[in-house]
Amino acid sequence: MSTVFLALQDVDDSRPVVEAIKKDNPSAVVESQPAMIRITAEGELVVKRETVSNESGTDWDPQDIHLILISFGGNVDEDDDYFKIFWQD
Amino acid sequence: MANKLNMRDRYKLMTRLGWETSYQPMDKVFPYDSYEGIKIKDWDAWEDPFRMTMDAYWKYQGEKEKKLYAIMDAFSQSNGHLNISDARYVNALKLFLQGVSPLEYQAHRGFARQGRHFTGEGARVACQMQSLDELRHVQTQIHGMSHFNKYFDGFHDFAHWHDRVWYLSVPKSFFDDANTAGPFEFMVAIGFSFEYVLTNLLFVPFMSGAAYNGDMSTVSFGFSAQSDEARHMTLGLEAIRFMLEQHEDNVPIVQRWIDKWLWRGYKVLSLVSAMMDYMLPESPMSWKEAWEVYFEQNGGALFNDLARYGITVPDYAEICTKEKEHLSHQVWGILYNHTAAAAIHTWMPDDAKMNWLSEKYPDTFDKYYRPRFEYWRDQAENGNRYYSQTLPLVCQTCQIPMGFTEPDDPTQISYRVSEYNGDKYHFCSDPCKAIFDFEPEKYCHAWMPPQQIFQGNCGGEGLPAVLEHYKFNLGADNMDYVGSPDEANWNLWKGLNGSVSGDVKAS
Ligand SMILES: [Fe+2]
Ligand SMILES: [Fe+2]
Ligand SMILES: [Zn+2]
Repeated sequence: MSTVFLALQDVDDSRPVVEAIKKDNPSAVVESQPAMIRITAEGELVVKRETVSNESGTDWDPQDIHLILISFGGNVDEDDDYFKIFWQD
Repeated sequence: MANKLNMRDRYKLMTRLGWETSYQPMDKVFPYDSYEGIKIKDWDAWEDPFRMTMDAYWKYQGEKEKKLYAIMDAFSQSNGHLNISDARYVNALKLFLQGVSPLEYQAHRGFARQGRHFTGEGARVACQMQSLDELRHVQTQIHGMSHFNKYFDGFHDFAHWHDRVWYLSVPKSFFDDANTAGPFEFMVAIGFSFEYVLTNLLFVPFMSGAAYNGDMSTVSFGFSAQSDEARHMTLGLEAIRFMLEQHEDNVPIVQRWIDKWLWRGYKVLSLVSAMMDYMLPESPMSWKEAWEVYFEQNGGALFNDLARYGITVPDYAEICTKEKEHLSHQVWGILYNHTAAAAIHTWMPDDAKMNWLSEKYPDTFDKYYRPRFEYWRDQAENGNRYYSQTLPLVCQTCQIPMGFTEPDDPTQISYRVSEYNGDKYHFCSDPCKAIFDFEPEKYCHAWMPPQQIFQGNCGGEGLPAVLEHYKFNLGADNMDYVGSPDEANWNLWKGLNGSVSGDVKAS
């Protein structure tokens, strides 16, 4: 299984997203690098609307990820309730 | 909420706005997407994984811009250039503005064209949005750099330089090659190779390095651009997958394009290797480490994903694996020797930097490069700073001077030749030769800077005439960092020793 990665800006808006990722993807590895947060996981990584909204206290639209996103590696599956990256093999 | 369409339906409704033409047949309205041999059975199968509609696009892009410009304003207002690690760092930005930002503009034009020429409206809409993104990138980069232009040399004529100066023909020829290809090849060249491989290395580890060196302005436009590039990579990948799924005859064509364009992109990236290892005074990550994470690991995962279509990793991947130990040192050597004819400053690394390089490149730096660099440094300190006065032989395909070594012998310059129509053409490597040999009628027309200079098309004979043609401010834009007005100004502003009373560019 290949590794997916998600790079987010190290800014305040990323905090609830990172917290939600940790909750929903227990095996994800979160790493701090200058000005950015790099998250890796085996096979797939999901960011759920409900979990981020609970963390931040406001409704979070999965497309809001564009405001903090730097880059990622993997295929994208995006819907009203989640943002997911994955490798198929 | 109950009546609101979900994201998929909304996306479909707002992007599938095409129709079957009736006054003219479809293949006459869209004449350019068939001659490359790519067979498409069903354009409706095109699916953009980011279901971005125009209203959402404006909303998010507007918000990103506001944040970015606020940071750039704050950087300027607080004289942010005084907080960078060292003025040498600024030369990476010069190379960026001269070599990369014009490619953003080229990408804007290229995607605008594909946004007209694909038969399928899903592909057209995605290309049009990307075209707008790329225009935003070049604009934010010029704006961000305009602050540095007030205080440092080497920024003022970047667009003029991009079209003329020898080392900038490396990135320029890459994009000219893509923009003169058909629309599907363009998608592999730019959507895949450029976005997936190049931007991930340039806009992620290099930009993180910019932050590490105190440049919050550049890291902000870098990350802001890369958040668009992330969408672009996805589009490039979708284009590849779409071609592969539409017809099995497309597979060998796509494979050849992948092989060609990953190599072309890799050669352009060699400039970034020098930026990361030598031009960032404080380096959080070496070129080799970045290559391992973003190409070997991430690119490897991508190839695993494409394997089910019969796509394989290019044969030359092994060359890249060997070269990652050497690339940045060899490129820096080339730039150092030819810096009299470049609008960047170069320098020899100090002891601390050399030790860092030894640590990051334990198998190669001390053995092959440290002795050479220490010798050059001694020579410079004794007043014999070497500047090459001759023109290098450059590779007909990638246009980089022939300074790379054989993959298995780092003491031997790699050199290949082909003959075409009675003329000899020179190459830096087997893959560059293979690219030429497949389309010699295209590459024999390449605009080669040394040949053009010798033919008298660049201002006249001799280096001074050429540099005047380039519109360099001689002695300010070019030559070693040591002794430059940039150095004098920096020492003055920072109250450092060795400050000489040079004239301060902006007061
Ligand atoms: Fe871009
Ligand atoms: Fe892009
Ligand atoms: Zn070459």
